[in-house]
Amino acid sequence: MIWNEEIECMSREDIEELQLKKLQNILKYAYDNVDYYHNKYDSMNIYPEDIQTLKDIEKLPFTTKDELREYYPFGMFAVDPKKIIEVHSSSGTTGKPVVSGYTQKDIESWSEIIARGLSMMGVTDEDIIQNTHGYGLFTGGFGIHYGAHKVGATVIPISTGQSRRQIEIMEDFGTTVMIFTPSYGLYLAELAIEEGFDFKNSSIKSIGFGAEMWTNEMRKEIEKRFNAPAYNIYGLTELMGPGVGIECSTQEGLHISEDYFYPEIIDPETLKTQGENTKGELVLTNLEREGMPIIRFRTKDISSITKETCQCGRTTSRMTRITGRSDDMLKVKGVAIFPSQIEKALLKVNNIEPHYQIIVTRPHLMDEIEVKVEASKELFFDEIKEMMNVKKKIEEYIESEIGLRVKVTLVEPKSIPRSKGKAVRVIDTRDIH
Amino acid sequence: MKIKQISIFLENKKGRLWKALDTLAKGKINIRALSIADTSDFGILRIIVQSPDKAIELLEKNNFIVKTKKIIGIELDDTPGGLSSVLKILNDNDINLEYIYAFTHEKSEKAILLLQVDNLDLLIKTLKENNIIIVPSKEVYNL
Repeated sequence: MIWNEEIECMSREDIEELQLKKLQNILKYAYDNVDYYHNKYDSMNIYPEDIQTLKDIEKLPFTTKDELREYYPFGMFAVDPKKIIEVHSSSGTTGKPVVSGYTQKDIESWSEIIARGLSMMGVTDEDIIQNTHGYGLFTGGFGIHYGAHKVGATVIPISTGQSRRQIEIMEDFGTTVMIFTPSYGLYLAELAIEEGFDFKNSSIKSIGFGAEMWTNEMRKEIEKRFNAPAYNIYGLTELMGPGVGIECSTQEGLHISEDYFYPEIIDPETLKTQGENTKGELVLTNLEREGMPIIRFRTKDISSITKETCQCGRTTSRMTRITGRSDDMLKVKGVAIFPSQIEKALLKVNNIEPHYQIIVTRPHLMDEIEVKVEASKELFFDEIKEMMNVKKKIEEYIESEIGLRVKVTLVEPKSIPRSKGKAVRVIDTRDIH
Repeated sequence: MKIKQISIFLENKKGRLWKALDTLAKGKINIRALSIADTSDFGILRIIVQSPDKAIELLEKNNFIVKTKKIIGIELDDTPGGLSSVLKILNDNDINLEYIYAFTHEKSEKAILLLQVDNLDLLIKTLKENNIIIVPSKEVYNL
């Protein structure tokens, strides 16, 4: 079902006309109400009225996470704080967090956007959604929650953790839709099997996952274990939260609600805007937001965009799943490595559980990379020589993926800390700053 | 006749062997024989216990990776040359040993040798032809 056919199936020409109108409005609104934009645009001698076409957006400066941090906590708000009815925040692991503010209207927009996405995943008012995203400052929990209300589904606001209870509820309440981060989903599946949960005969029919890096192999593993299709949900606190892009049943890219967001892809080095189907860093602009309009935000997420009409009938732009970050890239011995590459290699080894940790050290001026991999029954043999072969095989797969020799260490099951939210996949002990 | 041996994956890290043995101790499982093969980062603990099935259940419940393997136990005179005479038979019959470990049988003053090879049935046949006493699994579990 298409939740908002008028918008989601609009012709390209009409979408762009609508976007231009909304862009011009929000630029004027941001310039008039947020010091950051006012001062920055003044100093660059660029004004909202200079934007006459959508392409003119390229004349505007970017907004970065570091800049948003400087305005902590409420400096980016465009309205009187009393009009803000809810705040969320990024985790702030690398510095001051970014606080996001929402007015009543913003919450309604968020509900609408998530409702569209849930409909893409086949969710209706008949469904029971088990939302394992954290309810708190993290946007994941509440975003899905509001959308579920809008659709009229039953939402179980269980949040992350209490994992055995999750499985009990999945069974007793007859959960039809699961929402989780990929690593937590895999963890739940592992536990559910231990508890004797029968996925073959469960009522789970659809899964929404996001907030973490993942690979196609990981999605396949999730779908296999839960015996249901899994759809990617993308979002970020700065722009709103989950829902910026959501996959439909075609699973070929995430639909962006283009009446709310204007997506661009830039080359992270030259900062030049890229055309369709070209990989680069995703840049997003809020086209409708009262509380905290964000213009040209550099997400650091690597994606590409197509405007081709989707098989599902929707005409909205689609972004590919995030294949890396322009900033969590590891450089080891001068070679760029993304954790997703290691993951891809691991998933090639038959039956390997995707529980791993990358440890980068520099013991004697030279970088060393170690990948800890949890052993499993399938990977354990009674003989040392066979175990050495397993290790060697994993090392070879990783080497062919990243072009570097790594040391693989097999560790005991469940010895790598499980995430209750985001997984810590990389430990870098080098002092390279 | 074949003995059920339990193999346990251990990280080569302080306290891991203790944790495995402690798990068995808490389950009141007595270990009859034990051997360890190790590398710099992991090892394989091989044990023979009185109630293998119970031990496996207990270990798996405590997140250990466990595999079972059938091995053969033979009885030897606890005297010089006892072991080498058996190995000579294997050698003459082209049987390649994967690993062996041995312990003494207190009551009978005999040594028990536990063997793993790639073809157990051939091993049994060869041992019988050479009149070597194969110890019944029950006897090993209940030493």
